[in-house]
Amino acid sequence: MTLQEIIQELQLTCLTQPREFREVVPENGYTSDLLSCVMAGARHHGIWVTLQSHTNIVAVAALLELCAVIVTEGAMPDPDTIAKANEEGVTLLLTEKPSFYVVGKLWEMGLREG
Amino acid sequence: MDDRPTGGAVIRTGRTITDEMAGRITRVEELFYELKVEDVMTRNPKVVTPDEPMEAVLDLLRQAQISGMPVVSGGELIGIISIEDLIRWLRHRRDGAPSSDYMTTKVITVKSANPVVEALKLFAKTRVGRLPVVDEAGKLVGIITKGDITRGVLGALQSDYQAEEVRRYRASHLFEDIASDRTSLILRYDICPRDFTAAGKASSRIKRALLRLGATPQIARRCGIAVYEAEINLVIHATHGGQIRVEIEPSSILIEAMDDGPGIPDINLAMTPGYSTATEEIREMGFGAGMGLKNIERCTDSMLLESTPGKGTHLEMKIILQPKEADLEVNHLKEEKV
Repeated sequence: MTLQEIIQELQLTCLTQPREFREVVPENGYTSDLLSCVMAGARHHGIWVTLQSHTNIVAVAALLELCAVIVTEGAMPDPDTIAKANEEGVTLLLTEKPSFYVVGKLWEMGLREG
Repeated sequence: MDDRPTGGAVIRTGRTITDEMAGRITRVEELFYELKVEDVMTRNPKVVTPDEPMEAVLDLLRQAQISGMPVVSGGELIGIISIEDLIRWLRHRRDGAPSSDYMTTKVITVKSANPVVEALKLFAKTRVGRLPVVDEAGKLVGIITKGDITRGVLGALQSDYQAEEVRRYRASHLFEDIASDRTSLILRYDICPRDFTAAGKASSRIKRALLRLGATPQIARRCGIAVYEAEINLVIHATHGGQIRVEIEPSSILIEAMDDGPGIPDINLAMTPGYSTATEEIREMGFGAGMGLKNIERCTDSMLLESTPGKGTHLEMKIILQPKEADLEVNHLKEEKV
């Protein structure tokens, strides 16, 4: 399953510069709003689902080399965060849906915790 | 074409652009401003004189496989002749007609010292296919087409990439090139208290430095995570912030995080997963999960935490880079899975 399919199926808004999403294949997923838990639990090349939207999600995603961060419940990151994400090559995706729905959908599509 | 920044507009409306290129648009846009017309133009372009017959113009264009040429008289640029003009001539085929009868005399030029974006604006506004390039004195020094710009920008992107490769290559030979009984590279980072926007900067810089020095991605990632957690702890807890010091040696990386207070009253309690003294406000941002020190322990080969309440905290983390680095990493990855 490619990131492109996930974006389409979940109708996610891409906040950062578009990439070749058809060639990005997420290998696993993780959800938590506690950054240290993410540092411990998320695996690289994974998708992280969170309702955190402040700048530090970019640092976490970059350090862990995540495929994408899905920010839930419409928690719009500020422009500086989006700029930093573009700088670091981190993909930020936004949805109005809650984390529970997103994770359920991703599981349904076949993504596992890795 | 409207008045949007022309560089961006030209690229975005192009149908052939790939998503991969789109991802690099920011850098491409920057290059439109950084590169000068003279950096990408074709120098010593083919020119014709005004009395050159159109038959010769046709042959010249065909031989050189170009679609237009400046017309120059006594070193002065007086016109430009293109395939369109040639077609006008071919319609009646007046034998021996001079190029001056068919050339366009209202020549739009661009200055050699201008940024490339100025040429792009002119292309967008006038729809001409080529622009003669003149110097400050108005003398013809070259010719520029959209193809020249594409080639120039691609070349610059390529050299950006090569520059990073060279930096990496040089850095990775640092330890071999400098002979001493014991060589080490020390990086220091000052961490400001309560600055959550800058938090994560030191760790990403250290990670990049290690990659340039030739560390494997796994080692760089482990260091990045350990430094990130130490950095966040300084931001959250240290009264005056603190310093991170990374000492890189060919065989190991020693990371130290130091502050001058407030100190940790009970280190064992602080090491307990889930225990945190962070305020509610900080927790709302997702920090203070009480996992930081555990994460550091997991990512490093050894860790030493010393603290005196009222005096400060000193955290020392070590990552061993044995020749059998690969084996070590396999073990660490297994641990990460637990």
